[in-house]
Amino acid sequence: MSMHAIFLTILLSPLVGAIGAGVFGRWLGRSGSHTITISSVAVSTLLAAYVFYQYIFAGAEGYNATVYTWMVSDGIHFEAGFLVDRLTATMMLVVTFVSLMVHIYTIGYMHHEEGYERFFSYISLFTFSMLSLVMSNNFLQLFFGWEAVGLVSYLLIGFYFKRESANQASLKAFLVNRVGDFGFLLGIALVVGYFNTLDYVEFFHGLAAQKDTTIAFGDTQVHMLTLLTMLLFVGAMGKSAQMPLHVWLPESMEGPTPISALIHAATMVTAGIFMVARLSPAYELAEGTLNFILLTGASTALFMGLLGIVQNDIKRVVAYSTLSQLGYMVAALGVSAYAAGMFHVLTHAFFKALLFLAAGSVIIAMHHDQDIRNMGGLAKKMPITYAALLVGSLALIGFPGFSGFYSKDGILLALDAANTGTAQLALVMLMLGVFVTAFYSFRMFFIVFHAPESEYVRTHEIHESPWVVTVPLIMLAIPAMLFGAVFVEPLLFGDMLKDSIVVLPQHDVLAAVAAHGSSALDMLMHGLLALPTWLALSGVALAWYLYIHRPALVPMIARRLSGAHSVLRHAYGFDRFNDIVFVSGARRFGDFFSRITDSRMIDGWIVNGTANTIAFLAQKGRAIQTGYLYHYAFIMIFSLMGLLAWALW
Amino acid sequence: MTQFPLLSALIWLPILSGVLVLMLKHQPTLAKQFSLWSSIGVFILSLGLYTGFDATTAQMQFVEQASWIAVFNIQYFLGVDGISMPLIILTTFTTVLAVWSAFDCIKDRIEQYMAAFLMMNGIMVAVFSALDAILFYVFWEALLIPMFLVIGQWGGVRRVYATIKFFLYTFLGSVFMLIAFLYMYHQVGSFSILDFQAMPLSYVAQLWIFLAFLVAFAVKIPMFPVHTWLPDAHVEAPTAGSVVLAAIMLKMGGYGFLRFSLPMTPDAANALDWLVIALSLIAIVYISMIALVQRDMKKLVAYSSIAHMGFVTLGMFLLYSILRNTGEIQGAIMGLEGAMIQMVSHGLISAAMFLAIGVMYDRMHTREISAYGGVVNSMPVFAVFVLIFAMANAGLPGTSGFVGEFMVILAAFKANFWIALAAATTLIFGAAYTLWMVKRVIFGDVTNHHVAEMNDLTRREFMIMLILAIAVIVLGFYPAPIMDVMHSSIEHLIEQAMTSKLP
Repeated sequence: MSMHAIFLTILLSPLVGAIGAGVFGRWLGRSGSHTITISSVAVSTLLAAYVFYQYIFAGAEGYNATVYTWMVSDGIHFEAGFLVDRLTATMMLVVTFVSLMVHIYTIGYMHHEEGYERFFSYISLFTFSMLSLVMSNNFLQLFFGWEAVGLVSYLLIGFYFKRESANQASLKAFLVNRVGDFGFLLGIALVVGYFNTLDYVEFFHGLAAQKDTTIAFGDTQVHMLTLLTMLLFVGAMGKSAQMPLHVWLPESMEGPTPISALIHAATMVTAGIFMVARLSPAYELAEGTLNFILLTGASTALFMGLLGIVQNDIKRVVAYSTLSQLGYMVAALGVSAYAAGMFHVLTHAFFKALLFLAAGSVIIAMHHDQDIRNMGGLAKKMPITYAALLVGSLALIGFPGFSGFYSKDGILLALDAANTGTAQLALVMLMLGVFVTAFYSFRMFFIVFHAPESEYVRTHEIHESPWVVTVPLIMLAIPAMLFGAVFVEPLLFGDMLKDSIVVLPQHDVLAAVAAHGSSALDMLMHGLLALPTWLALSGVALAWYLYIHRPALVPMIARRLSGAHSVLRHAYGFDRFNDIVFVSGARRFGDFFSRITDSRMIDGWIVNGTANTIAFLAQKGRAIQTGYLYHYAFIMIFSLMGLLAWALW
Repeated sequence: MTQFPLLSALIWLPILSGVLVLMLKHQPTLAKQFSLWSSIGVFILSLGLYTGFDATTAQMQFVEQASWIAVFNIQYFLGVDGISMPLIILTTFTTVLAVWSAFDCIKDRIEQYMAAFLMMNGIMVAVFSALDAILFYVFWEALLIPMFLVIGQWGGVRRVYATIKFFLYTFLGSVFMLIAFLYMYHQVGSFSILDFQAMPLSYVAQLWIFLAFLVAFAVKIPMFPVHTWLPDAHVEAPTAGSVVLAAIMLKMGGYGFLRFSLPMTPDAANALDWLVIALSLIAIVYISMIALVQRDMKKLVAYSSIAHMGFVTLGMFLLYSILRNTGEIQGAIMGLEGAMIQMVSHGLISAAMFLAIGVMYDRMHTREISAYGGVVNSMPVFAVFVLIFAMANAGLPGTSGFVGEFMVILAAFKANFWIALAAATTLIFGAAYTLWMVKRVIFGDVTNHHVAEMNDLTRREFMIMLILAIAVIVLGFYPAPIMDVMHSSIEHLIEQAMTSKLP
């Protein structure tokens, strides 16, 4: 099997599964549908593992080839194609692996649900979309994958289509993503406009010549590459849910839990970060954009994390932690530490999928109640889930030794090494974020598992989930613990991503970090005594103190800080603002245009004014409306044709 | 020429079958079957244009030429190039679906209804293949009659208002076109469109002719501010009438720009391109906002049609500002080809949207969005199709709706960043008005017992939807086959449009 055929199989196999379950689901039935989708994703996962091995350990060459030509216009080739190197190979494996785990888990989670076949079809389609995005060698296919991911997330979030809130959330997710795509598309227009190509490699080759190009806006000259990368990053802000385009993500919790794991862990939200890393040669030439990215990431990391503190829905807590962690990844990109950002994407993929699936397991046990205040004391009732959620949370807060520790520390060290004013400010925000993350994660953890049993828990039978649920948890817990330690050296400091990512020497903060020791052990020893670890531990301690030791304090503090509490409860008012300004605004404009300009002015004054004159004639000609008009008109056509025929012969 | 007169066959066979169908007054079943099979036959025949087409040349092909009214040097002159050929196939294709869609929903005088569509088929093919201006004009006007009848006889409650408005608007527009033709005939002594394209014209004459054409074509497309007939016409028209109106008749205006305005009055087009661009952007932004607040599904899709046609006119008139801005014409082809593919794609998508609304109307007898809700519960298969077409309407990659918009936005950037920015807002607005409607109509819990009693698609409706869905997706994943036939003609057109005709 040639590499090309392998790549094609990896990409298309989930699509086949999706079509199988989606179109023929009613004949295949439930088990037929999950068999076909799971086996198709399993095929992709195995082949992706083979590709990963070939690229990371056997030193396979980068692969860049066209699959087919979509069309040619104006000398520009619009194509579908593969660019596979180590970055791609890594993403492919993570995407397919997490997706496979989610597929298996879904058997248990969706067991009693309607639309079982449809759900499997969607998640396979999602896998296909994400793979076409990461495997692309050009902007057209990137945009295809980009929008396809948006489409499937729309379908998945609105999965419970009878529920108004789900329909609202899916529409919102799609539209907010479209706002990002609006920027993204303009960015692609700049690529085509200045480089006359959609191909990544040709684009990279053209960069040197366009390094100092400016665009004139009136009298101001704008650096072209800064504008280009900014516009593309607007797309990333939509997909990777950065402020202020983050608003869709918390509401995406309306979908069933497995898709939260898929959207939040390995797919969709990582698209933006992957895109920036993939296009690092361009981002390196745009300092202004990098600074903007840094600040956006740092603000998202801190402010979205704070919102996690006031959530009572178990999935929403995890959702806000996703937003916050995405902020970390984006901040890393902002100091040119693309490898650190990608590393966090990978570790996060494992531990976030783990967290969501474990939360889902709790939700199954609670008979689909998601409010943590109704839980408590679940530790003994569901030990595997308990252990899984503990592992996930420790990885999330960056507890020394766990995956998240290495990737998060890598980011913090990179920011420290960047040593600019902006980077210092961002670093402070991220450090505070570490404390906040530990606090809200363990607040949820303690309330769910260690707090006194609630009324509901006492009166209902609650037990551990079936094996289709727990096995994926275990399978994900392993990389959540170990992946970081194993891959920190090659990924952050070694040459694992060197071929895919370009960093200018003066931006190379990770090299500066490496000077202090680059092995996992070095980092562990150094990290044990460093500030982030203390911040994380104090966050856990505070959570324990407030929610286990002295729970009576909490309402008091909330009252004392009612102002801040209210700001957080309303999530800084982003939704309100959008509703008032954009949603109502657009409708009000539309209403005005429709009623005033279109109806009253154009139709009322101009058209009907003319028509009133004609109406007089119509009055007289009423006779022709009584059934003979059409005869008359057909005769008109005939005579016309007759005239023509007569003239011809 | 001894070859088979394919174009004549495509014009006269449908018209002839229309006449035959009229005679089947008391045999509705036979009339339906005959109409369907004859339209399928014509569609298959029209594929001969594609297979026999030479894409390497911009010359007119399948040419037929004979003298018609010798006194005025009016000819029966037909031919196609890469611009008209795809539109002809779109016409014959759409007619099959329009005819088929009317099988169950028209009870009254079905044979006349069918006849009208068959005749329109022939007339529209004639419009796209006529190379003599008078021949073109005759068919252009002739088309109004059957459409007038379809809306006036089988239309909704306010059909009289709608038909008169429709007739007035379009007739008024085309009168200007006729005057322009007569002026040019006076100068060159022939009505051949090719002669018109080649003749030199003074700047002032070009300006007047350009404006006359603009009025005629802007009404047809329609462009702001002469668009208000379209929503009314659509709302009152029966389903198949809306399909033909949206899928084909609007394209005649776009075709007019390519066949007449750009090659005949290039200097005026160069001077006034800002006007068309401005009107196109208004169509994209302003009309989209109006679409957002519509309460009637057909009106919403009608406004969405106007917005999508804004991309057609925008793509067509970018070439001059691209040249001014970048000093080269790289990008101009992309704009024009984007406009072309947008026309074809919009033909498919708008037909699909109107057919889908028709499917619901046949069951509920209302088009009010608020009367629906939760249709997916009673019609799950139908809901899948609606979602596919809605996504295509919102320009999702992988559907035909994406191709044209993408190309036009890319080309627009070459002309001016702000034009591209305004055009790209369609990503947001297009999704907003389409998916918001889908949300209110299709999704949610069943809102009333009428919705609960809706039956899912019949076999016939399913096949129509399936054919359109396949067409929309295939074109979205592989637009090259359509693209390739038009390259030469578009290049030739740009050459004409870039060459001054000042004497």
